[in-house]
Amino acid sequence: MSLDVSLQTDPGVIATDPVEEARRQVEICNACRYCEGFCAVFPAITRDKVFADGDITQFANLCHNCRGCYYACQYTAPHEFELNLPRALASARAESWERLAWPGGLARLFQSRGDALAAALIAGFALLFAVIAALPGEGEGFYAYLGHGAMVAIFAPAFLLPLAALGVSLRRYWREVGGGRLALPDWREALLAAGRMRNLNGGQGQGCNFEKAERFSDARRHVHQAVLYGFLLCFASTSSGTVLHYLFGMEAPYGVFSLPKLLGVPGGILLVVGCAGMLALKAKADPALGTPGRSSGERAFIWLLGFVGLSGLLLYAVRGTGLTGPLLALHLGSVLTFFLLTPYSKMAHGFYRMTALLREAQDKRERAGG
Amino acid sequence: MSEADAATLTGEVWDVVVVGGGNAALCAAIEAAETGARVLILEGAPRDYRGGNSRHTRNFRCMHHGALGPLVETYDEEEFWADLLRVTKGETDEALARHAIRTSETCLPWMQAHGVRFQKSLSGTLSLDRTNAFFLGGGKALVNAYYLTAGDLGVTVAYEATVRHVGIEGARATHVEVDYQGERLTVQGRALVLAAGGFQSDLDWLARAWGPAAKNFLIRGTPYNRGVVLKDMLDHGAETVGDPTQCHAVAIDGRAPKYDGGIVTRLDCVPFSIVVNKDGQRFYDEGEDVWPKRYAIWGRLVAAQPDQVGYSIIDARSIDLFMPSVYPPVTADTIPALAEKLGLPVEAVEQTVATFNAACRAGEFHPQQLDGLATEGLDPPKTNWARPIAEPPFYAYALRPGVTFTYLGLKVDQTARATGPEGPYDNIWSAGEMMAGSILGQGYLAGFGMTIGTVFGRIAGQEAAAHVA
Ligand SMILES: Cc1cc2nc3c(=O)[nH]c(=O)nc-3n(C[C@H](O)[C@H](O)[C@H](O)COP(=O)(O)OP(=O)(O)OC[C@H]3O[C@@H](n4cnc5c(N)ncnc54)[C@H](O)[C@@H]3O)c2cc1C
Ligand code: SF4
Ligand code: SF4
Repeated sequence: MSLDVSLQTDPGVIATDPVEEARRQVEICNACRYCEGFCAVFPAITRDKVFADGDITQFANLCHNCRGCYYACQYTAPHEFELNLPRALASARAESWERLAWPGGLARLFQSRGDALAAALIAGFALLFAVIAALPGEGEGFYAYLGHGAMVAIFAPAFLLPLAALGVSLRRYWREVGGGRLALPDWREALLAAGRMRNLNGGQGQGCNFEKAERFSDARRHVHQAVLYGFLLCFASTSSGTVLHYLFGMEAPYGVFSLPKLLGVPGGILLVVGCAGMLALKAKADPALGTPGRSSGERAFIWLLGFVGLSGLLLYAVRGTGLTGPLLALHLGSVLTFFLLTPYSKMAHGFYRMTALLREAQDKRERAGG
Repeated sequence: MSEADAATLTGEVWDVVVVGGGNAALCAAIEAAETGARVLILEGAPRDYRGGNSRHTRNFRCMHHGALGPLVETYDEEEFWADLLRVTKGETDEALARHAIRTSETCLPWMQAHGVRFQKSLSGTLSLDRTNAFFLGGGKALVNAYYLTAGDLGVTVAYEATVRHVGIEGARATHVEVDYQGERLTVQGRALVLAAGGFQSDLDWLARAWGPAAKNFLIRGTPYNRGVVLKDMLDHGAETVGDPTQCHAVAIDGRAPKYDGGIVTRLDCVPFSIVVNKDGQRFYDEGEDVWPKRYAIWGRLVAAQPDQVGYSIIDARSIDLFMPSVYPPVTADTIPALAEKLGLPVEAVEQTVATFNAACRAGEFHPQQLDGLATEGLDPPKTNWARPIAEPPFYAYALRPGVTFTYLGLKVDQTARATGPEGPYDNIWSAGEMMAGSILGQGYLAGFGMTIGTVFGRIAGQEAAAHVA
């Protein structure tokens, strides 16, 4: 029985490399364990004594930046151990997304720079205005501005290619963290954890410490739920439209009581409210506990997502008026940008998070001998 | 929470002035404030380090009948009392101790009602899940919760407010003198609660009590518990309890910070190792008992060695048997190379290891229990887990004494009231480490420090508030 203690770091030597620094802090936590009840990260840490790079990547993606462990920690600066686990894991997390992105390089740009994201959005707008101007419409509603065929030609690849790129990244992730074969209970466990944002509830439902420092609050969990479910509803709305179109030959525009509208309108509202809430909470939260150097990219992404929702709602509100054309270009331009940047913007976090939750469920099950 | 300026502190006669900002102080402040009293907390540490040693704790010991919060089964008064009697070897005040034990049961719900959250016993501490209730996030989370509660109740807190002197006339405290924001202030209060911890961070005092070796001790907790108020009360002739020369010291990793290293500096490898001093000689049976029962005596053992340092040496077969220290081990492929790296006399270490190895005999090695695998004809012997140190790589950890707290404290009665030269003071109460010597005269029972602080902190707060009502 031996242990590779050469992986161990010196707790007193603060590292500049994100993975190395996260490892240093994780080792201190493993010797302490006081935060065990806050989230899934600590129980995962205690399953080992030393940590390879892949372990750090996994912990980093499991952490939801609830910040409970920062305010509870007796080793935060000015203590010489300078614990700030939320930040250390956030750093390692952002680093992992940028390292695993395919093709590489793009993620670094859009994760860190809001202006790059804004430029991409403007390009998206311009493209859609140009396309709408150049191509003839065919049909009713917004198809009068951009035909169905053209829409599919643009959005099918814009949706599928980024997903393929993400798939490559997630495979790399899975290999790096040593993932194996998944079982059905792993999916159930991970989906429940994600669906309820369990890792933001403070371990006992009291909430997290995102925007109120030592006080617990459920605000972040609630706005994040609004964004998540708003997004999923919007996505379901679009999917239902596709199904109606192809399977039932029912073409847009759809009425108020049609599936796409029943899903899409509440979805859009949730998305907009959630994004606004998220931005407000971010403004209150201590930036020293977030991801260093990425806040501009993070904020820009929330604006983009909120704009997708808002422009969608407006598009519906102005139907039949002369504003439909320009709004359609704005909405579709933002959707296009959003799709294309999925693997390279903060949007990627949802996919990595889900993968990390799956890996956690699997690891827990396997070690329990299940 | 109102953080005070100097004028606020001196601008009124407070109902209750609480000296200290740890668990005991906060419990007192909250109890007093809940009666409507005007309460001021004078905390010597800056806000980042508020909470004294309480910020390093993880649990408190609690009597209970049936499941309570995170606690399972039953832990009754008699069992609790027997545990206390065993560790203190009778150095305790039975009436006070039983009072603390009995009251502990009502403390847990009180703590929950005032913001403290509990979690199930931490991994690796299963043996405590019946006796000790763990705080979610540890002691700093508890301290944070109490500061929030106190703030919501209107308690005023002054950080970096070091009390230098207690003004006493006859049996009455009239005021305290405080260093605050560069000034010496006189703060007046109708009642005074002293909860400023022990004196273990004053190395000069430790050295006077223990001898010059104390300068090499590491202090596991806050650097702000320097016994200034305790000393002042001694000068007033207040009655004390507890051995003034003794402190609770455990063996910790020798590379730990001088102060505030806390829980993570513990080292659990001793039972599977041999421990040599700086001359390369063994000095005590490393396998006498399981580590949780022995780590406290190793503090003294190491303190008695030259330069107050020891080196625990293991081989590759033992490295995975214990929680690794937070510091990486010194590693080498041969014993001489290891000794060299440690700066120890190479031949002496080689000789010690060889003699030890030769004294080991065949038998079953069981790391999780007393396996009786003892050396033969070795002095001192190793009576369990004696397996040759033979398989490279070899590892070593330095050990030093880490002081947890000192025993000397103020004598109090069941109402937590302190006693002066002419009997009980009219309006001075004390709680926590500062009076714990009454109950813990020697030894230590895990989690009892926070129990004493909570029980007597609450009593002190209630009594002080009743006095001014
Ligand atoms: C590493 C470690 C782990 C421990 N773990 C546990 C555990 O799990 N369970 C347990 O029960 N016990 C534990 N203990 C013991 C426990 O910490 C103490 O028994 C308990 O915290 C004492 O509480 P207190 O309020 O009396 O003192 P403290 O919490 O030490 O508070 C003393 C306060 O007084 C202030 N102060 C000091 N001098 C002055 C002055 N002159 N003017 C103003 N303020 C002053 C300090 O800044 C501090 O805020 C541990 C101790 C250590 C060191
Ligand atoms: S964050 Fe701090 S208190 Fe929490 S487990 Fe880590 S070292 Fe311990
Ligand atoms: S920030 Fe929250 S989720 Fe992340 S490790 Fe700390 S307690 Fe867990």
